[in-house]
Amino acid sequence: MTNDPVQPYAVQLINIEKYFGSVCALKNINFNVEKNEIVGLIGDNGAGKSTLVKILTGVFPPSSGQMFISGNQVDFTKYSVQQAHAMGIETVYQDKSLGEKQVLWRNFFVGREITYPFGFINVKKEKEIAKEIMLNTIGFRSKGITVNSKVSKLSGGERQGVAIGRAMYFDAELIILDEPTVALSLKEVRKVLNFVHKIKEAGKACIYISHDIQDVYEISDRFIVIDRGEIISSIQKKDITLIALDDFLLEYAHGLKDGE
Amino acid sequence: MKTQNSLIRIITRVEGLPVFGVLLLLLLAFLITAPDVFTHPLIYMSFLQTVPPQLVLGLGLTLIITAGEIDMSFPAIVALSGFVFSYFFKNFDSPYAVWIGFFLALAAGALVGYTNGLLIAKLGVPSIMATLAAQFFWYGITILLAGGLQVDIGRVESTSVHDIFTGRLFDIVPAQAIWSLGLAVLLWFILNRHKFGEAIMFIGDNPNVARVMGIDVEATKIKLFTLMGVIAAFAGLLLTIEINVFFPTQGSGFMLGVMAAVFIGGTLISGGQGSIVGTLFGAYIIGSLQAGVVATGVTSYWVQSVMGLIMVVAVVINVVIGEGRMGDISFRLPQWANINRNKPPEVPPQRQ
Ligand SMILES: Nc1ncnc2c1ncn2[C@@H]1O[C@H](COP(=O)(O)OP(=O)(O)OP(=O)(O)O)[C@@H](O)[C@H]1O
Ligand SMILES: [Mg+2]
Repeated sequence: MTNDPVQPYAVQLINIEKYFGSVCALKNINFNVEKNEIVGLIGDNGAGKSTLVKILTGVFPPSSGQMFISGNQVDFTKYSVQQAHAMGIETVYQDKSLGEKQVLWRNFFVGREITYPFGFINVKKEKEIAKEIMLNTIGFRSKGITVNSKVSKLSGGERQGVAIGRAMYFDAELIILDEPTVALSLKEVRKVLNFVHKIKEAGKACIYISHDIQDVYEISDRFIVIDRGEIISSIQKKDITLIALDDFLLEYAHGLKDGE
Repeated sequence: MKTQNSLIRIITRVEGLPVFGVLLLLLLAFLITAPDVFTHPLIYMSFLQTVPPQLVLGLGLTLIITAGEIDMSFPAIVALSGFVFSYFFKNFDSPYAVWIGFFLALAAGALVGYTNGLLIAKLGVPSIMATLAAQFFWYGITILLAGGLQVDIGRVESTSVHDIFTGRLFDIVPAQAIWSLGLAVLLWFILNRHKFGEAIMFIGDNPNVARVMGIDVEATKIKLFTLMGVIAAFAGLLLTIEINVFFPTQGSGFMLGVMAAVFIGGTLISGGQGSIVGTLFGAYIIGSLQAGVVATGVTSYWVQSVMGLIMVVAVVINVVIGEGRMGDISFRLPQWANINRNKPPEVPPQRQ
């Protein structure tokens, strides 16, 4: 791996470890995501994927290790969700991305409202921009849905579209999707994958987490396999077929069973 | 069908309109059953005098419930603030005693609210337990401090605080009605047009979403409960100054009526959505029921039952409108007469 100083990684992790009490959730995590690279993060339940995402996005700090975002070292004592946003990292969760009873325009700007003095929200401006994002960034053409619609009216795929569009509008360098397609129908999954393609087209980087290997394979440029808190493999898509990847994961899981 | 639907849409768009309708119907019913009382402006002036303390409490509670929390300690704060005010007003030998008492009472409310907030946000005590405990604790403290006795503060009538907060505008309109209306306007803007209000709605909707969107959930809750404490203390002050006397049990009858006002107004018990306008009308519904039912000549035993009935009607209307099922219901009404109907599945978009 060559670290081109002119083009730093979107994100670089060095020796990240995370303990919950005495439980080790992540150890010895080293990996990079290139600018405009889509990385598929694969691993069993409890492997530590979400924990890694939470460290990346400032929900909590690691127990030790270093992190660089676009070449800038992160100071974990000051790192927060807001700072992650400011440094260009956005997250889309399966079900934690949008307030369901809230209207769309609020969901686009919650946590970083466009305000007048004293913290009063500029509703007109927020609605204008939200409309613009829906039309142009995510190409929302679903009829009957406006910026004044409540999220609860949207289908699962549309919700993820809103969350991804929001991330792209805020000029994220790295968009993390943690199981964005759980419990969605095939048609809705397709919508989400199309949104992810837009991330790639826009020249941004993405970490995509899913238990559906087929989706991960379609979307990703590279796969990172994580098991019980450790990275066990990093494979370029051009070096492996879907079937071979599937076999590898299956064999690995069986190997573990036999070993126990 | 088309025009019916657009009418429904208008009704659902305007905040508090259905509750306002319920209030008008109620007043109409009183006008018919007790015309002597309800054609006279006096009764309305008396509403404007008695409703404000409960309205003020309801407004604060609306924010709390919108955040998905509850506050059961406001009756104790009403008593505590009344006591603090009367104590300092009586025992402080200064021309400013009345203002010192006023602000110390608000500060006492803030303190109670702040400790509630700490327990709830920092230690994770469920708000129903934390504030119920606070209700007992601070109510007990107030009784102890007051020695169980009422404090007469007749002299307050000649003070500026009395004129400003409970005087009579143009010699008829009680000032507290204006203050509580002003507070409603302010809190409407806070809830619907300020980022603090947006944080409250998202926290009530789903605190995990709020957190990953960068809202400081804990700090917001502490601020919110502190604000509620101040608001409850203000309600206590309006009450004490209006009647010129502090009595230790003041506020203890407010708990259920105030909650009913908030729910009648359409604020969701599940959090995430609250209606300040709804609470405004809800409080006047509750307030006019108490006085109105008695005026109609039926025995006062009816008050509670009628209140329950109105609450059910209002809440049902709100649920139906809030979920956009109005069209649905008018369409299905015939079907519903059949007990063995199969409830149409209402599947929310797929969720695990
Ligand atoms: N806040 C926490 N406190 C204690 N242990 C935790 C906490 N969060 C995660 N863990 C533990 O860390 C490990 C990794 O969990 P994590 O949620 O990262 O897994 P995951 O790879 O996202 O799994 P899944 O595919 O099921 O979402 C698990 O053993 C989990 O129990
Ligand atoms: Mg996970």
